[in-house]
Amino acid sequence: MHAARMTNGQEGTREVSYYPGCSLEATARDYAESVAGAAELLGIKLNEVPDWNCCGATAAHSLDHRVTLNLAARNLALAAGRPQPVVVPCALCFNRLKSAQAELMADGAAVIPEIAELGGNYGEAQVVELNSFFSAGWALEKARSLKKRDLTGLKAVCYYGCQGQRPPAITGHPAPENPTGLDRLLKALGAQVLDWPYKTDCCGASHSVPRPDIVHTLVARLYERALAAGANCLVTGCQMCQANLDLYQEQIAQEMGRPVYLPVFYFTELIGLALGHPQAGRWLDRHMTSPRPLLASVGLAL
Amino acid sequence: MTTRASSAQAGPGQPHETPPAPAQDWPGAEALRPSSEFLRLAQRESGVDIGACYGCKKCSNGCPLSFAMDLHPYQVVRLAQLGQVERLEKCRTIWVCASCQTCLTRCPNQVDLPRFMDWLKERLYKAGGSVEQARTLLFHRLFLAEVKTRGRVFEGSLMARYLIKSGGALGPEALANARLGLAMFKRGRLKLIPAGTKQRRWLKALFKA
Repeated sequence: MHAARMTNGQEGTREVSYYPGCSLEATARDYAESVAGAAELLGIKLNEVPDWNCCGATAAHSLDHRVTLNLAARNLALAAGRPQPVVVPCALCFNRLKSAQAELMADGAAVIPEIAELGGNYGEAQVVELNSFFSAGWALEKARSLKKRDLTGLKAVCYYGCQGQRPPAITGHPAPENPTGLDRLLKALGAQVLDWPYKTDCCGASHSVPRPDIVHTLVARLYERALAAGANCLVTGCQMCQANLDLYQEQIAQEMGRPVYLPVFYFTELIGLALGHPQAGRWLDRHMTSPRPLLASVGLAL
Repeated sequence: MTTRASSAQAGPGQPHETPPAPAQDWPGAEALRPSSEFLRLAQRESGVDIGACYGCKKCSNGCPLSFAMDLHPYQVVRLAQLGQVERLEKCRTIWVCASCQTCLTRCPNQVDLPRFMDWLKERLYKAGGSVEQARTLLFHRLFLAEVKTRGRVFEGSLMARYLIKSGGALGPEALANARLGLAMFKRGRLKLIPAGTKQRRWLKALFKA
């Protein structure tokens, strides 16, 4: 169980720290808004880590190990002494924080004085990926009890991607080759969850900019397998996966030479949909591949 | 043949003799001479135990990006063991790796191949000069420049800079990029004002070196 702090007065309200990451401030606005909405519905108070900085992403770990360690060190130090765990919606931010934490605990010599002066407490933050936090037992129970409608008709494949699970020595994930958290959450929301073998395959992440051809190849494979499994939508908990699967769908379908219509939901959007969040339609309208036709066809129109 | 004969002479418990250099009688003979000098340097600096690989190739069978690579992941490790620095420095594989961590997760000896490839990239980047995937390096560099400026990444400015510097703002992809940008703007997903950390002193210190 997560050691989320129970705030006084409101029974069942949990206060946690929140590290949103840069994408959620801009292109993943739909994710950010639905995270806030889902948290509100489930009685979770998200307390943003004050003055957090970028994790450095692929660029920093590829080009400058010292920079990547220091960026994480500052975030970890800022999150110490605050409500725990620290939930992270972006899989890559999560992975960078966890990787650096392991390394900093062994040896913090690379940290510059301007960051070390924040106290040097890199071990206190319990960094947790948002989707595993939201699919813990208490969250599923709460979602079930507050559900306004079942998501009947959604045939979903859950797509976990890479960075939330791997490597398990860093993430501590119990089932890195076959995670089931989102599957359980979606079942609790009344969707039909399909099994498929590409749960944790890579979408190509930031290659979408310098090497879109690579991303198109990887995403085409995901579409093929999702369609073969009989899915009518994909569900993810990572904004890079969502972007790669959603933004270029029309073009990739053309390259594949077959029609593809697979809306790509964030799990938080589906919590909002099932629990009746008034803004859920607005989140979904930010997608490139509109989920509205699908929702209308299965009687879930907004 | 000479090397085989001399190592066969070393009995149990006896130190192996250093094999004599093979005769330089064919083109490229020098390049094929194994050297452990690079291996020792790489292990010390990257912290990755490359010598632990026994060549099971699980990394390469599971790699989702191998279709776009010139060397299989296990070949990167093998070349490092043999000290073939030049081939590693010129290869595409290290830039195509997406750090998906599948290889490390499945490696029986936990050889941290993504970390080793990061170390190779950092070395090349810091040495300057061109690399096999120039656009990938350009994107990484511009991303870091964003972090350096504000402590956070402003995706709008990152994309604009990338498209200008890579030629994507004028080339055949220009129209598709513009359409995507417009569609995202209409959906409220392009932010116009950048966010950043309030404190900036640490940034100056971190990026000055």
